[in-house]
Amino acid sequence: MTEAYDTLIIGAGMSGLAAGIRLAYYDQSVAILERHKTIGGLNSFYRAGGRDYDVGLHAVTNFTPKGAKKGPLSRLLRQLRFQWEDFALAPQQQSRIAFPGVDLAFSNDIRLLESEIARCFPHQVAAFANLRSQVLEYDDLDQAAFDISTRKVLGQIFSDPLLIEMLLCPLMWYGNARVHDMDWGQFCIMFRSIFLEGFARPIRGVRLILKHLVKKFRSLGGQLLLRHGVKEIVSEQGRAVGVILDDGREIQAKRILSSAGWVETQRMMGQTDEVVDEETGQLTFIETITTLNCQPAKLGLSDTIVFYNDSDRFDWRPPHHDLCDLRTGVVCSPNNYQYDDHEQLSDGIIRITSIANFDRWSSLSEADYRREKMVWYDRSSDSAVRFVPEFRHHAIDTDMFTPKTIRRFTWHDNGAVYGAPKKRLDGRTQLENVFICGTDQGFVGIIGAIISGISIANQYCLK
Amino acid sequence: MAPEEIREVIIEILGDIAPDEDLGSLDDAVAFREQLELDSMDFLDIVMELRKRYRVQIPEDEYVQLASMRSTVSYLTPKMSEVAK
Repeated sequence: MTEAYDTLIIGAGMSGLAAGIRLAYYDQSVAILERHKTIGGLNSFYRAGGRDYDVGLHAVTNFTPKGAKKGPLSRLLRQLRFQWEDFALAPQQQSRIAFPGVDLAFSNDIRLLESEIARCFPHQVAAFANLRSQVLEYDDLDQAAFDISTRKVLGQIFSDPLLIEMLLCPLMWYGNARVHDMDWGQFCIMFRSIFLEGFARPIRGVRLILKHLVKKFRSLGGQLLLRHGVKEIVSEQGRAVGVILDDGREIQAKRILSSAGWVETQRMMGQTDEVVDEETGQLTFIETITTLNCQPAKLGLSDTIVFYNDSDRFDWRPPHHDLCDLRTGVVCSPNNYQYDDHEQLSDGIIRITSIANFDRWSSLSEADYRREKMVWYDRSSDSAVRFVPEFRHHAIDTDMFTPKTIRRFTWHDNGAVYGAPKKRLDGRTQLENVFICGTDQGFVGIIGAIISGISIANQYCLK
Repeated sequence: MAPEEIREVIIEILGDIAPDEDLGSLDDAVAFREQLELDSMDFLDIVMELRKRYRVQIPEDEYVQLASMRSTVSYLTPKMSEVAK
């Protein structure tokens, strides 16, 4: 072993990069080890056929306007010493929860959702106000309150089960790792981040945010080591002393911060899957991306995001008997944001996300995999056009990712986008100087992941 | 560093941590928390900035001394008397 770092960070996604900035800013020697050839993790980007694509990001949640002093966005900008303008966030236009016969529109102003509930569920107005105040009272760091069943709480507040399903739909879609039910803590975080704060996006997509994070990390002396996969965390007497890379090289460190996931990190620490005995995340997706020769608004689609479900019951679980479950889905158009000076993306883009089964997708032969991708592109589009206008006659290009793609580039078990169902809010592991951050620590989404990296770095690596 | 200089240093640090705050009307006797939108992460940054800029070490159980400008300055005065501005 050669040089010893103050902190080694595993994974160059949002949380790892944010943690790295904090530590490098306060003069630690820090390296981020990333197995992939590029950065981003679950929120990455690529270029294909001359076009830029985002993976992960539909919208940045937790949007608050410039000058806001409260909320996760302003907190992370302060902690990372960014200006509000750096992320160039343009707010959404309007989004929609679409169930059979009922649509609830919402925007970054909670009053729209309130008036929609008054229109469609006049007897639930007081209950919704009650829910809102309970969400505001929730204490982020209370593990006991975090684990309560959201379905149980909502069942006590609302008398109309349809409204419960409609409220759960977008919040589960954007961050629930648990099947069917949701942790109350996760629900409160998602409710605030989506309904009380809101959606936004930089016109250049997720790469703009990642570019700023990397630039800042490097300018502070941090080292970003791509194609450096960690095979093993080496420990002596309950303390990590360093890591062994995929190619056998060793690097020493005083402490390790892993964003690879809980079970994935356990494996690096030598635990076999039987010993880990932990439920891994199951929720994974396919997403189709269609490029149009016109703006989606021309076809009558001016919503930013549409969360649809084709029955009165929202069933949040991976399909057992098929590759995908198309009863519910998300349609997102990155064109439909209020960009500055009426700037606009040159192509129209429509992304459709559906729930998928990891095992079925990953066990297909190469030929079957390619065929099934085409089949499910058509089927998921057929499903979505029940809730948004038909767009396929304007398609000039298509692409698609599956659970297999997510696994291949992120190494997260099952391609689980929101990680393991059980969150580790304190970030600790059995080794006293190994900590986890990112998806499995408890905060999801772009802003959540960045906050996770910052808070775990503050708590264990700086104090 | 004299108390007045320490006060200037703290104002400078607060300006970097929370650029959107108006620090001109800060009341030295009143807790920062009651006048500014500072959370525990921001308080950690005051400590970390003092360490980074002036090598002043503040143990975690003494962070409470940084509640207001007045308590911060009187706490730091002996610690920073030898530190050059």
